[in-house]
Amino acid sequence: MSARPPVLEMRGIRKSFPGVVALDGVDLSVQAGEVHVLLGENGAGKSTLIKILSGAYRRDHGEILVNGATAAIDYPRHALDLGIRVIYQELSLVPHLSVAENIFLGAIPTGWRGVIDWHALNRRAARLLADLGLDIPPDTSLHRLGLAQRQLVEIAKALATPASVLVMDEPTSALTSREVDQLFALIERLIARGVAIVYITHRLDEVYRIGHRVTVLRDARHVATSLLSEVTVTELVRLMANRDVGAHFPRVRTASGAELLRVEGLCRHGAVNGVSFSLHAGEVLGLGGLLGAGRTEVARVLAGVDRADSGRLLVDGREVHFRTPADAIAHRIGLLPEDRKAQGFVGGFTIARNIALPHGRRLAPHGFLRDGCEAALAQPFVNELRIKGTATQPVRLLSGGNQQKVVLGKWLAGDARIFIFDEPTRGVDVGAKVEIYQLMNRLTAAGAGILMISSELPELLGMSDRILVMHRGRIQAEFQATAATQERVLSAALGLAS
Amino acid sequence: MSRAGRLSRTRQFGTGLGLVALSGVLWALTPHFLTVPNLLNIAQQTSINAIVAVGMTYVIISGGIDLSVGSIVALSGVVLGAALQDGQALPLALALALATGVACGLLNGALISLGGLPPFIVTLGMMSIARGAALVFTEGRPVSGFGPGLRALATGHVGGVPAPIVATIVVYLIAHAVLTRTTFGRYLYAIGGNEEATRLSGVPVRLHKTMIYAVSGLVSAVAAVILTARLNSAQPIAGMMYELDAIAATVIGGTSLMGGEGTLAGTLVGALIMGVLRNGLNLLGVSSFLQQIVIGAVIIGAVLIDTVLTRHRN
Repeated sequence: MSARPPVLEMRGIRKSFPGVVALDGVDLSVQAGEVHVLLGENGAGKSTLIKILSGAYRRDHGEILVNGATAAIDYPRHALDLGIRVIYQELSLVPHLSVAENIFLGAIPTGWRGVIDWHALNRRAARLLADLGLDIPPDTSLHRLGLAQRQLVEIAKALATPASVLVMDEPTSALTSREVDQLFALIERLIARGVAIVYITHRLDEVYRIGHRVTVLRDARHVATSLLSEVTVTELVRLMANRDVGAHFPRVRTASGAELLRVEGLCRHGAVNGVSFSLHAGEVLGLGGLLGAGRTEVARVLAGVDRADSGRLLVDGREVHFRTPADAIAHRIGLLPEDRKAQGFVGGFTIARNIALPHGRRLAPHGFLRDGCEAALAQPFVNELRIKGTATQPVRLLSGGNQQKVVLGKWLAGDARIFIFDEPTRGVDVGAKVEIYQLMNRLTAAGAGILMISSELPELLGMSDRILVMHRGRIQAEFQATAATQERVLSAALGLAS
Repeated sequence: MSRAGRLSRTRQFGTGLGLVALSGVLWALTPHFLTVPNLLNIAQQTSINAIVAVGMTYVIISGGIDLSVGSIVALSGVVLGAALQDGQALPLALALALATGVACGLLNGALISLGGLPPFIVTLGMMSIARGAALVFTEGRPVSGFGPGLRALATGHVGGVPAPIVATIVVYLIAHAVLTRTTFGRYLYAIGGNEEATRLSGVPVRLHKTMIYAVSGLVSAVAAVILTARLNSAQPIAGMMYELDAIAATVIGGTSLMGGEGTLAGTLVGALIMGVLRNGLNLLGVSSFLQQIVIGAVIIGAVLIDTVLTRHRN
């Protein structure tokens, strides 16, 4: 690599959000013409770093240099003007416009009195696409293209104005292997002409195929930067994993009892391909894996939200068929969904009304609610869970931790024994996290079984008694908590042999 | 906070204040406004819109919309008229009219909840279908020549109060109790507030959504009975634009078109504001063309004030 200053340099970047430090002095240096891979497990700080680079977030501390000169990136406009482009997983294209219109959206060439100059538009788009070696007709409507081609159009759009740094956030997550080849061919052409590429991925095989250097983040910190030729996969996994486990996870293990739930050969729409496991009383069963591995899909089937294509479900040894969430609730299964705000509670309702919501039939067998019956039902659980909030306050205004307790209260009020916690502490501050862990301890001590989906490795290792790791719809590995390490879980989640 | 303090912050209180202020202005402008006959007149004229708006309020709280209420009024009315003309007993004719409204509402609800179609589209279609059915059924002509029984529903009195006003009060008392004191009412708010969370709580959301539109059809049919009785004739072109009046009364009353919140007290006040305004403008001799402009401005103004206050409060 040349001795020229790096095209992009980020030094000592620090960013915190209320209750959490997202980046703590992170460095990143990218040379022109290199593919620089950014690695780290979920929550390590990759997204935050990219959002700071693109101007979506403002950094608290640290400096950014572009071509050796200090750059102030406070707004997305600044980053664009500096030639920094980010391709997110959600593409920013308009489906019913043509390829050419999408590429030049916002700067469409117009002629006399603002009428679009179609000829010039298509010619310029064709030139750009040919220049990038892409065989896509500029006048095609975008919605006729497949996802891979749309992604290439998005890249062309990013390069329609002079760009020096291109950030790609998991660009291959939805591509077939042939489409990946096409994308990599384009990346090769881009680096040949001196574009610097920051490449974020979870697929370690790709890292070696396309990358030159790698920077690993862990727990908001910069861990290592190395040439890929000088580091092995095992070393990368070890760098990404975290050793500091234990202190924050007050798991009190209880002797596991009878089998509460058994799943056999569960399949659903390609997202879940033959998953089998069982959950016992007193047990926290961790379910790990990357986003999109099929964990939430399993949870939704168990909660009666979606139906399985095939497979058997047994509660207390008896086969059950869930047609609606009410069926699962009747079998004392409670789901704490991943997206609390959208699925967990009614934001405009009070705590009591939310807790009472699943129990209308029991509270009012003939449909008539007596004065205060919801409050009477909810109050013991408000006390037990120490939910902080007033009786008239809508749940929308509570903190994330208190909202999670309200969702839990809904199921406690129905005497649930099988709990599915999908990312239980996402968006919850540190103090409330520990409180939620302690509640999990109390639930299992009282004979409940918990299936805990978590993308946070420390949480998964710290709170589970047994860990299943999913990869592409299958159970890739199973560990006893005592035998699990971050390296082993992460390797399994990445689909590497365990 | 004191009870009065809390009360003053509710939306209905603001709307109620608007009604009082409007009445005060009209009283100052025309002496005829504040007379017992005129007030009874307003109440009677408001009763039909007020009753239709009950169903609209239910639907809007649940996050939907019902554009078919005016056409259902027409269809239920002509079914009632035809049954009476045919010599059927009054109770049977009334039952047929109400069943017609419920059937239209059930069809709306089933298409929305089972078919997964947007309420706007389904009820827009039903608006045309029910209107067309009323016209086909009557060949476009009014139906009249009933016995005296039906007429009594419009001209009769209960304890000195005209029957349509009594009917309105009864409908509101029942509907308010259902909305605030039954699980059905609670689920209405829950569905409008967060349908997915409500479904995951095990509430049979589809069933309840279907029932909500059936209720809207039912109260539209009740309004049709009063209208037919008052006119002593059933018109296939009756009920034109009733959906817009009902939506206006509902939103003036503080119900959010986003769903999840609203009260029937507010809707009743909203309907009265519209009734008082029309009556007052008539007394003042304002042309009916100009009246439309004033009413439109009041609708927008009421919601604007509400929006500004809500933003301020948050």
